[in-house]
Amino acid sequence: MGSYVPSTPAQRAEMLAAVGVSTLDDLYRDVPRDMLLTGENAAPGVSELEAAGELRAMAAKNHVFGAVFRGAGAYDHYIPSIVKRVTAKEEFVTAYTPYQAEISQGVLQSIFEYQTMICELTGMDVSNASLYDGASAAAEAAAMCRDRKRRRVLISGAAHPMVIQTIRTYCEGADVPAEVIPVRDGATDLDALKAALKDTDACFYLQQPNYFGVIEDAAAAGGLVHAAGARYVMGVNPIAAAVLKTPRECGADIAVGEGQPLGMPLGFGGPYLGFMAATHDLFRKLPGRIVGETTDDAGNRAFVLTLQAREQHIRREKASSNVCSNQALCAMTAAVYLSAMGPGGLREAASQCYAKAHYLAAELGKVPGFTLAYPEAPFFHEFVMACPVPPEELLARLEAADILGGLSVEGGVLWCATEKNTRADMDRVAAIAREVAQV
Amino acid sequence: MKLIFERSVPGRSSALLPACDVPECPMPEDFARRQALHLPEVAEIDLSRHYTELAGQVFGVNDGFYPLGSCTMKYNPAVNEEIAALPGFTGVHPLQPIHTVQGCLEALVTAEKLLCQVTGMDVMTFQPAAGAHGEFTGLLLIKAYHKSRGDTGRTRIIVPDSAHGTNPASAAMCGFSVVNVPSGPDGCVDLDALRAAVGPDTAGLMLTNPNTVGLFDKNILEITKIVHDAGGLNYYDGANLNAVMEVARPGDMGFDVVHLNLHKTFSTPHGGGGPGSGAVGAKDILAPFLPRFHAAASAEGYVFEDAPQSIGSVKEFYGNFLVILRALCYMRTLGEAGMREASQMAVLNSNYMRVRIAPHCRIATDGVCMHEFVMTLSELKKETGVTAKDVAKAMLDEGMHPPTMYFPLIVEEALMVEPTETESKETLDAACDAIIAILERAKTDPAAVRSTPHNTPIGRPDEVAAARSPKLRCEFS
Repeated sequence: MGSYVPSTPAQRAEMLAAVGVSTLDDLYRDVPRDMLLTGENAAPGVSELEAAGELRAMAAKNHVFGAVFRGAGAYDHYIPSIVKRVTAKEEFVTAYTPYQAEISQGVLQSIFEYQTMICELTGMDVSNASLYDGASAAAEAAAMCRDRKRRRVLISGAAHPMVIQTIRTYCEGADVPAEVIPVRDGATDLDALKAALKDTDACFYLQQPNYFGVIEDAAAAGGLVHAAGARYVMGVNPIAAAVLKTPRECGADIAVGEGQPLGMPLGFGGPYLGFMAATHDLFRKLPGRIVGETTDDAGNRAFVLTLQAREQHIRREKASSNVCSNQALCAMTAAVYLSAMGPGGLREAASQCYAKAHYLAAELGKVPGFTLAYPEAPFFHEFVMACPVPPEELLARLEAADILGGLSVEGGVLWCATEKNTRADMDRVAAIAREVAQV
Repeated sequence: MKLIFERSVPGRSSALLPACDVPECPMPEDFARRQALHLPEVAEIDLSRHYTELAGQVFGVNDGFYPLGSCTMKYNPAVNEEIAALPGFTGVHPLQPIHTVQGCLEALVTAEKLLCQVTGMDVMTFQPAAGAHGEFTGLLLIKAYHKSRGDTGRTRIIVPDSAHGTNPASAAMCGFSVVNVPSGPDGCVDLDALRAAVGPDTAGLMLTNPNTVGLFDKNILEITKIVHDAGGLNYYDGANLNAVMEVARPGDMGFDVVHLNLHKTFSTPHGGGGPGSGAVGAKDILAPFLPRFHAAASAEGYVFEDAPQSIGSVKEFYGNFLVILRALCYMRTLGEAGMREASQMAVLNSNYMRVRIAPHCRIATDGVCMHEFVMTLSELKKETGVTAKDVAKAMLDEGMHPPTMYFPLIVEEALMVEPTETESKETLDAACDAIIAILERAKTDPAAVRSTPHNTPIGRPDEVAAARSPKLRCEFS
């Protein structure tokens, strides 16, 4: 019923006459008759009012929790209002990929600024314009490291399970082996890594902080990987990156990550943002779009999509990747977020995440039976804690109090705290845990 | 225009977070970052003005006519944006208990049903984030299918030379070797070349129909049969589905798997290059291999299911969910009848422009086209030196986005025009008048056309210099 077609019946008749056909159906003379639909029983749509009503009713069937203590790859951070306002501008929302630089400077410059911020955050030299998400970015990074001799991909078993799975899927597609390095005491087993590394390995992927929230000895891992002549890929949390040793400081060749914490809503898993930055020597292997600075014919600063000789529309089956559309508006969201927070605000968010997670761990730790699964391991804003009762019981009690508790994982519950969580909410979580444990 | 970093003043910031309400907890020194962190230090007003200035140098569908061939730059309805911003969707964590996300799952199941109807497919996965990602996923399904049957010798994917570059690139990522088959000048598949190309090593064929020159391949049933008879599967690149919604279905054409660009055909905005959504539909024979987390109805309500022989995941979670919502809202609004009307009008608009421009410029194909057509300016270039790029740049001065340039590769000096159904006859007439005037001016004053654009924020950029000495970030001393 709804329609976004502006031409009137009279105009349609005029256009049909100009084309030299009598009906719209005449336009489809090349379509074999036996597959041509007649439109006779085509169901009509509904009005905008009704469609919006249906979708609102679906939204009402979801529950949005008052407090969230679950992360595991999607993080509930504060999103400054300006982020949503700016990125909702119609020009940004409705433009295509900036092929025509003369009328796309706004998008191109915003990507150039984003690339700079990602380089700053990771300490790396060059960034691309974005990838789909952290997992596919990790898989693309692994593909960048492969050559004829070095093909196998090693993955830390402490990485996010979906990231491990995605890298595996990409590797299986390309018919290259992938192997997961075991975990010991909540962190990557570096002895096992050292023993596994061979001269046919392309790279090793490490997540920092890892899936269990543990801060890995990333520099040591990097040393082992480089000693074996392989590339080192780090997947980093971008908020933590403000305060933890950068991938560059840990010796990474490529840094990737899930950019969702930088201003994107939880949104049931997407759209999120894959970021990727690398050392200078790898820039011609980067997948996807890259924006560069140049000048126009009058000598003014100008930005363009560049180094396109890497890309699928030029190189076809020899391209560095098939990536075409990326997550441009999400990249802009991240840039606005990072600008709104500034270096001080980002460090403050990171240190509050750290302090609040440690407060939550301490308060829960006072309840009998709640003990850290990896008591010796340093953690950032997530931690695994044993639960003296079946986790479902505790989580159901928290849910009744409008709190999304941590995620049930092997060894207990994976808790997360961010700057949004208040001391009062954390005290409530601990109090409910105490009640549940005492029954 | 200043960079955001050039607006930065040390010590300037916005107060966004409250003071920490738990005891301070210093981080151990040995993990601490020592590298400097140069991020902008700006006030909110600086940010607001910076991005407003940037927005002034962007051309979106809201700014004007955008006939970018193959990209389906139709109007992006406002209601979709409102729906995708509802807190009941944006505030949902992807790992919440299943009974608290029933609305999200209902949206996925409903969208699947509607898209299966449009495509003639049996199942749909929403995990792929973009068209190329969908191609990758669809080809992995084909690979898994052959492997599951012990049919391991099928290592080659056939791709016509008129295909999008993503097709061969995706095939290579899936470990296939690519067999390029020539097409006729009309972009239609050369049946003899196809028959010669298929064999026991054929894994499948990737095809765009209507093709990239703007014609519906009338031999489509013969084409898909040749591939099936050889034991291969047929992959439908949905880039051009906007011509045939509710008119003809890939599933009825003999295709086994399709990807859709929800950000083209189903009205979700492009965001300056993403996020999109590359939903993949498949026939039942490929259902056992779908990516993980397929939403389905069950006796206990909606659930996520994993296919028994799943290829795994191609990304985190369940896809670009908020994009899928927009497409769902669009489909509910139009209904099957509205989608049919949209396709028919997309084709009519394209043909109307074609007949108006044809007296002034050669069109790559004869007769009625589908939702897009390709102008070839090789004669103009020979006579005047004015190239397709020059004509495109001249269009910038006329307040319209140019067509896609130099694609498909099989047409010389190509400009690919796709007006879409959401443009009125007045808009099409104004665009045709402008294009015809440029073509005429190219003959009388070629230098004037070659010097365009003049009315844009910058002149033609030096792309060679950009690639020769790449400057890919702002440097800080």
